[in-house]
Amino acid sequence: MSSRLPGRPSAAWKGSAFVALCGAAAAIIVAMLAIILADVVRNGWAGLGWEFLVSAPSEGMRGGGVGPAIFGTFALVLLMTIAVVPVGVLTAVYLFEYARPDSAFARAVNLAVSNLAGVPSIVFGLFGLGFFVRFVGGGIDRVFHAGELAWGKPSILWAALTLALLTLPVVIVTTGEALRAVPVAAREASFALGATKWQTISRVVLPQSLAGILTGAILAVSRGAGEVAPIMFTGAAYFLPKLPTRLTDQFMELGYHVYVLSTQSPDIEATKPILYSTVLVLLFLTFLLNATAIAIRARFRAALRPQDA
Amino acid sequence: MEGGSNDATSVKVSARDLDVFYGSTQALHGISLDARANRVTALIGPSGCGKSTFLRSINRMNDLIPGMRRQGRILLDGADIHDPGVDVVDLRRRVGMVFQRSNPFPKSIYENVSYGPRIHGVSDRGTLDEIVRTTLEQAALWDEVKDRLGASALSLSGGQQQRLCIARALAVEPEVLLMDEPASALDPLATARIEELIHELKERYTILIVTHNMQQAARVSDTTAYFYLGRLVEVGPTAQIFTNPAKQETEDYITGRFG
Repeated sequence: MSSRLPGRPSAAWKGSAFVALCGAAAAIIVAMLAIILADVVRNGWAGLGWEFLVSAPSEGMRGGGVGPAIFGTFALVLLMTIAVVPVGVLTAVYLFEYARPDSAFARAVNLAVSNLAGVPSIVFGLFGLGFFVRFVGGGIDRVFHAGELAWGKPSILWAALTLALLTLPVVIVTTGEALRAVPVAAREASFALGATKWQTISRVVLPQSLAGILTGAILAVSRGAGEVAPIMFTGAAYFLPKLPTRLTDQFMELGYHVYVLSTQSPDIEATKPILYSTVLVLLFLTFLLNATAIAIRARFRAALRPQDA
Repeated sequence: MEGGSNDATSVKVSARDLDVFYGSTQALHGISLDARANRVTALIGPSGCGKSTFLRSINRMNDLIPGMRRQGRILLDGADIHDPGVDVVDLRRRVGMVFQRSNPFPKSIYENVSYGPRIHGVSDRGTLDEIVRTTLEQAALWDEVKDRLGASALSLSGGQQQRLCIARALAVEPEVLLMDEPASALDPLATARIEELIHELKERYTILIVTHNMQQAARVSDTTAYFYLGRLVEVGPTAQIFTNPAKQETEDYITGRFG
C-alpha cells in the first residue's frame, strides 16, 4: 500500500475499549435490577400465600398479612386516578390545542408542569398536610361542622389529592405527547368538512389519543402506588382494625407499610420475612401496572395502524 | 362544448387580486381567476408555485396556518367568503376538499362517511344510512364496500381510501370540490378510476384540481391555469393551453422543458 495516510493502529482498540465501557455501564442497570429482584424474591417468596394477601397484620406486625394495605393501596390509587386524569387531560388539551405556545399563560403552565415534576415528594406531603388537611379540610369543618373534627384530619381523600398533584405532570406530559401524535391530516380532514375546533378535538383528536391518555393514567398510577412521603402526613395509618369506608377515613398502604415494618416495628428481625414479602407484593403490583400500560399502548397502536386489505 | 372562455355556465368561484403572505414571504401575487360551475378547473405549475395555497384559500384552510395574511377577495356565487358575516364552518360545508394523501379517520367506513353529516346535526340513522349509500355510490365505492361498512377505513387499498375521502367530502353536499393532487399517491389503475370519477362528479359540482401530472390536467379539465412563482401566468380552455398557449413560459412548462 502506498497510501500517504499511515493510519493510527491505536484507534481500533480504543474504539473497542469504548464499546466495552459503554456496554459495561449498560450492564450495571441490568445487574442492579437482577440483584434487587433476586434478593426480594429469595427472601419474600416463602412468606407469600393467599393468607398473606388477605389477612391483616397481627402479633404487633410479626404475623398476619397485608390485606388491608393492598385494599388501601387500590382505594387510594382509584381516588387519585379519578382526580388526576380529568384535570391532567383538560390541562393538556388546553396547553397543546388551544393556548398559543408563546403566550405568557401557556409558558407559565409549562413552567409549572416541569417544576411540579421536580419537587421532592416529601414536599408534596407537607403541602398536602398544610393545604388539603388543615386549610381545605379545616375550612370545611369550620364552615359546615361548627369546628368539629370531620374533614380537617388526615384521610384517604386528602392523601389521594396530594398524590394526584404529584402525578399530574405525568398525565399532562403523556397526554400532550398523544395529542401531538395525531396527524395534521386527520385534523385537516375534519376542519375541511366544516367541523369546529371543539368537534375536531372531541371526535377526532381525543379518540385517536386515547391509548396515550390511558398509558399516562397507568404510568401515573404506577408512580403514585409506590410513593410514601406524600401520604404519610395526609392519610396513611400505621395500623387500622378496619378497612376505610368513607372519604374521611384513614387507610393502610403498601409502601407506607414497608416503611412501618422496616423502621417502626418493635422487633425488626422478627418482621423481616413479612417485610420482604410485602416488598415483593408492592414490586409485583407496580410491574403489573407498567406491563398493563405497555400492553394497552401496543394494542391501541395496532388498532390505529393501517393494515393491508 | 370545448373549453371555458365561451362557456355558458355561470362563474361559481372567483378570485380577485388575491395576495397571500406566510409571514414575510408572499406566496400569491394578485391572483384573479374564475372557476365555472359544472366544469373542472386544473391548477398546474412547478412545486412551490402557489397552486395549493390558492386552492386552500378557497375553503379558508390557510386560516389555520399561523402568520398567514391575505389581501384581495374570493367570491363564492358572487359573495365574498371573507365577509364578517360568513361562517367558516358553513363555507367549508359548501366547499369540500380532497387531500393529496388519503386521510380517512381510523374509524369504520360508515363512520368516515357519516362524520360530516353528523357534525352538521344529522342524527337520524335512516337518513345517515341513505347519505352513506348515495355518496359511496357517487364515489364509485359502494359495490366494493357495501358488505363491510363496519370495517376499518384503514383496511381499504390506497385508491379505495381516496374514493372514501371523496365520498366523505360529498356527504355534506358541497357545491364546490377542491382536489389537491388527489391521485399523486396512487397507482395508474387507481388514478384512472379517480379521473373517471372526476368526470362524473362535474355533472353536479364545481371542481378545482391541483395536479403535477400534465396528462391528467389535459384529460380531466375544461380550463387550465398555469401558476409560476406565486403568479397566475396564463389561464384558458384546456385544449388551447395544451396546444397553443399564449405565453412561451407556459409552453416551456407543458412541454417539459422545465419544471
